[in-house]
Amino acid sequence: MSKVLVVFKRELRSYFATPLAYVFIVIFLVLAAVFTFQVGGFLERNQSDLQSFFRWHPWLYLVLIPAISMRLWAEERNSGSIELLMTFPITLWQAVVGKFLAAWCFAGIALALTFPVWITVNYLGSPDNGAIIAAYVGSFLMAGGFLSIGMCLSAATRNQVVAFITAALVGFVFLLAGFPLVLDFVRGVLPQAIVDGIASLSFFTHFDAISKGVIDLRDLVYFTALIGFWLAATAVVLDMKKAE
Amino acid sequence: MITTKHLSKRYGDNLAVDDLTFSVAPGEVLGFLGANGAGKSTTMRMIAGFISPSAGQVSVCGHDIAKQPVEAKACMGYLPEGAPSYGEMTVGEFLDFVADIRALNGERRRERRALVIDRLGLSPVIDQVIETLSKGFRRRVGLAQALIHDPQVLILDEPTDGLDPNQKHEVRRLINELSKDKLVIVSTHILEEVHEVCTRAIIIANGRIVADETPSALEARSRYHHAVSLRFEKADDLAAARREIALLPEVVAVESDARELRLTAIPKPGANVLAGVGALIERNQWHVPELHLESGRLDEVFRSLTEPRGIDSSAAAELCA
Repeated sequence: MSKVLVVFKRELRSYFATPLAYVFIVIFLVLAAVFTFQVGGFLERNQSDLQSFFRWHPWLYLVLIPAISMRLWAEERNSGSIELLMTFPITLWQAVVGKFLAAWCFAGIALALTFPVWITVNYLGSPDNGAIIAAYVGSFLMAGGFLSIGMCLSAATRNQVVAFITAALVGFVFLLAGFPLVLDFVRGVLPQAIVDGIASLSFFTHFDAISKGVIDLRDLVYFTALIGFWLAATAVVLDMKKAE
Repeated sequence: MITTKHLSKRYGDNLAVDDLTFSVAPGEVLGFLGANGAGKSTTMRMIAGFISPSAGQVSVCGHDIAKQPVEAKACMGYLPEGAPSYGEMTVGEFLDFVADIRALNGERRRERRALVIDRLGLSPVIDQVIETLSKGFRRRVGLAQALIHDPQVLILDEPTDGLDPNQKHEVRRLINELSKDKLVIVSTHILEEVHEVCTRAIIIANGRIVADETPSALEARSRYHHAVSLRFEKADDLAAARREIALLPEVVAVESDARELRLTAIPKPGANVLAGVGALIERNQWHVPELHLESGRLDEVFRSLTEPRGIDSSAAAELCA
C-alpha cells in the first residue's frame, strides 16, 4: 500500500512542478463562475441552491478533465520514464492506482476551490447544505469517471494531444448517452431494455440524481464500477503497449 | 545470479531475440555486444522485467521474473537505454523518490544517498531540475538511481553513451569496483570498453549468440592476434621490409601503409613472427622506432561475427559500375 502512496506523491507533486496546474485551476474556477452566474442565472433564479452551479459540471469536466489525464501515461511513454517505473519493485496495479489517485486528488483540489460559491449561497439564503455536500460528492465521483477514461486513453498513445482528443470524444459519448434527444432517437430503433441500458451507462443519468441531493447506492456503485473498469482497462493497455 | 533459458521475443514477423540461453554469476561483468538492432536492448529489457518474453524464462537472484516480478526487481538496479528520468524533478527529489520506492529508510537511506551522490559527482547539481542538466549529468543521475539500493545485480544499457572521456573513465572505474561482489551486465558498442571492464563478452547478431568468451579469447580469434606492427622512418626501408618479411615462413600476409610508413605482419594461426621479424631488422639494419606485438583487434572480430556476409562488397561493386 505504501508503494501506491509513493507513486501518488510523486505524481501529485509533478502537477504543481509546472504552471499547468495553476493555469488549469484558474480556468476551471473562471469557467465554473461564468456558467453559474452568466449562463446559469444563479442570481436571477432567486433560489437558495446550487443547481445552476452543478448542472454545468459534466460539460466543464468534458473539456477540462482530459487536460489532467492526458499526461498521465503518454508523457511517461514519450520520455521513456515508464521503463524506469515498470522496473521498480512495484506492481502494475500499484502504479496505475497511485497515478489515478493523484490525478483525482488534483481534480478534487480544483473542485474544493469552488467553495466561495457555497459561501455565497449561504450568505444570500439558507440552502439545504446536505444536498450541496451530496452534489459535491457526486461531482467528485463524476470527475473520477472522466479521469479513469482519460487515463486509459493516455496509456494507449505517447502523444498527449491525441490522448486529450480521444478522452474528450469518449467522454462525450458517455455524456450524450443519457440525453433525451439521443434516447428518443434510439428508442425508435431499439427495444426499451437496451435504451434503458444505454441511459444507465450515462454520466448524466447518475449525476443528475446526486446533484439534486439524492445519494442512491446504485449511483455510487455505478461510478465505482466505472472507475474500476477503466483502471483495469488501463492496466491491460499498458501491459500490451508499454514498450512501443 | 541471472539465468535465461531459451529466451525469445517476437514482434510480429520479426524475431528480435532468438532462443538465448546463458547464465551469469556474481563477480562477472558481462559485456553485451552487437550492432544496433541486434537485440541487446530487448534482451536487457526482458531481464529487467520491462517486457515479457514471447517464450523462455528469466530468473534473477533465484526469482522467476514472470512469477515473482517484485522480488526479482528488488534485487536489480537497471539503467534503461538513454537514461530516462522524471525531467521536472530536481536530482535530490528524484533520488528521494527512488529511495522511497525501493523502501530504503533510516540510517542506511542517508548513507546510500550520500554515497551515490558522492561517487557520481552529483552534489553540484543536487537542487537542479533534471531536464536542465547536460547529457552527461543525466546519465549519472540514471546510474545513481540504479545504484542507490546497493543491488546484487546491475543491468546497464549503454552506461557511457554521451559521456566525455573523463566521465567514461570514471564510470568504468565504478563498474570495476562494483564488480567484486556483484553481477553486472553492460551493453555497449564501444569495443575498448569491453577490454577495460568486462570479464566476459557475449556478441549477438540477429537475436542469436554468436560468441560467448572472455575478451582475450575474442581477440585471439582476430587474424591480427600476435601480429607484429612496425613503423619505419624511411620509405626505402618499408619497401625492403615488405618484400623480405613476406618471405618469412610464419607470415601469411603483410599489410603496409605508405603514408604512415607502417607495416603489419600477420602470422599463420599459432605461429610466432616476432623472432623472425626481429632477426630481419637486425640483419638489414632498418631503423624501426616502433614495434608492437598485437593482441588482436576486437573491432575486426566484431565485424566478422556480426556483418551480414557478401552484402557490402557486392553492393559497393554495383555502385562503382
